[in-house]
Amino acid sequence: MKPIRRQRLLLIIAMVAAIMGSVAFALKAFNENLMYFYSVTQVANGESPDDQAFRLGGMVVEGSVKRPGEGLTVVFDLTDYQSTVTVKYTGILPDLFREGQGIISTGRLDADGVFIADEVLAKHDENYMPPEVADSLKQSDATNQTGLNR
Amino acid sequence: MNIVMKWIHLLGSPPYFYRFSGKLLPWLTVICVGLLVWGLYGGLVQAPADYQQSDAFRIIYVHVPAAWMSLFIYVSMAIAGAIGIIWHVKMAEIVCITSAPIGAMFTFLALVTGSLWGKPMWGTWWVWDARLTSELILLFLYFGVIALYRAIEDKRMAARAVAILALVGLVNIPIIHYSVEWWNTLHQGPTVTKFDKPSMATSMLIPLLVMAIAFKVYYFIALLLRMRTELLQRERNSKWVKELVGLS
Repeated sequence: MKPIRRQRLLLIIAMVAAIMGSVAFALKAFNENLMYFYSVTQVANGESPDDQAFRLGGMVVEGSVKRPGEGLTVVFDLTDYQSTVTVKYTGILPDLFREGQGIISTGRLDADGVFIADEVLAKHDENYMPPEVADSLKQSDATNQTGLNR
Repeated sequence: MNIVMKWIHLLGSPPYFYRFSGKLLPWLTVICVGLLVWGLYGGLVQAPADYQQSDAFRIIYVHVPAAWMSLFIYVSMAIAGAIGIIWHVKMAEIVCITSAPIGAMFTFLALVTGSLWGKPMWGTWWVWDARLTSELILLFLYFGVIALYRAIEDKRMAARAVAILALVGLVNIPIIHYSVEWWNTLHQGPTVTKFDKPSMATSMLIPLLVMAIAFKVYYFIALLLRMRTELLQRERNSKWVKELVGLS
């Protein structure tokens, strides 16, 4: 390679490396702000904000979904298999909402530590399979994978 | 010089490239249509419904290949740009600039199909999580490349400026790919592009891979067509173009 071309090649490599490096530091600095939601354990440890709304992500605990009264209000427990928070929500739930499903919810904690949600979004994991396969996996009790507690 | 290097040098000659790509295009079109029919039939009809999302998951056969292409084309564009800067290869500059609109199209397609998928599954059209936001920035990078090229009169100069912008934007590619692993996102984690075995049933996976190859061939066809147009425009005063259109 001619010296001038080698110089240009090295210059480009140096430029790309420098940009990657500086962006990596910037992203590391803003790491907290780039998290889309807080985990249940973070909330239990008091890491979530008290004075403003935030997002909470976790798994809906099996058998915990209750509908007190006639309306659209639903109460359920959310877990990340370490801590649990009770969530109260009034509104229409997405199709994928069910027990054992990962969800992300926007809202704030009330004085009793109950999460009052304004919005509930369903999170689906990265597994795709036919229903028969899912059933046989469930029977062998191997489906404990979620996108949330990785 | 061995035969491969000789051939690559030959491809750098506009008239030779024009003739060669003209012969290649019909074959590529047949391959692309064949793969698309196979992939779409396999994905939309043959593949079983998903255990959670039932038939709604089938949008994956357009969404995921389009998203892969949006990254693949960006990397190709940046590499072609770098070759253009280092070796001053005119053909590489043309590959760089003609890739941008195709990449922008695939990025737009990935964003729209993702949005259509998000509404019924997540319950929202759009969220500002790391994956969706970084993919949107990729679309703006493509727009920036196209706009910068149009803004500079001298096309050799424009190609060099565009290549620098494309190389700077390269930093976004690993961010898009790893966003779902580095941060909490609403978007799911990787199903196929990871070191583990793909978390997808084989009967669903094969049509997805066929669609991915079909989209790659489509990119190649669109690229060749755009390169041919660009060449005719740039070389409109040269002898071979005048002979081609029968002016001399």
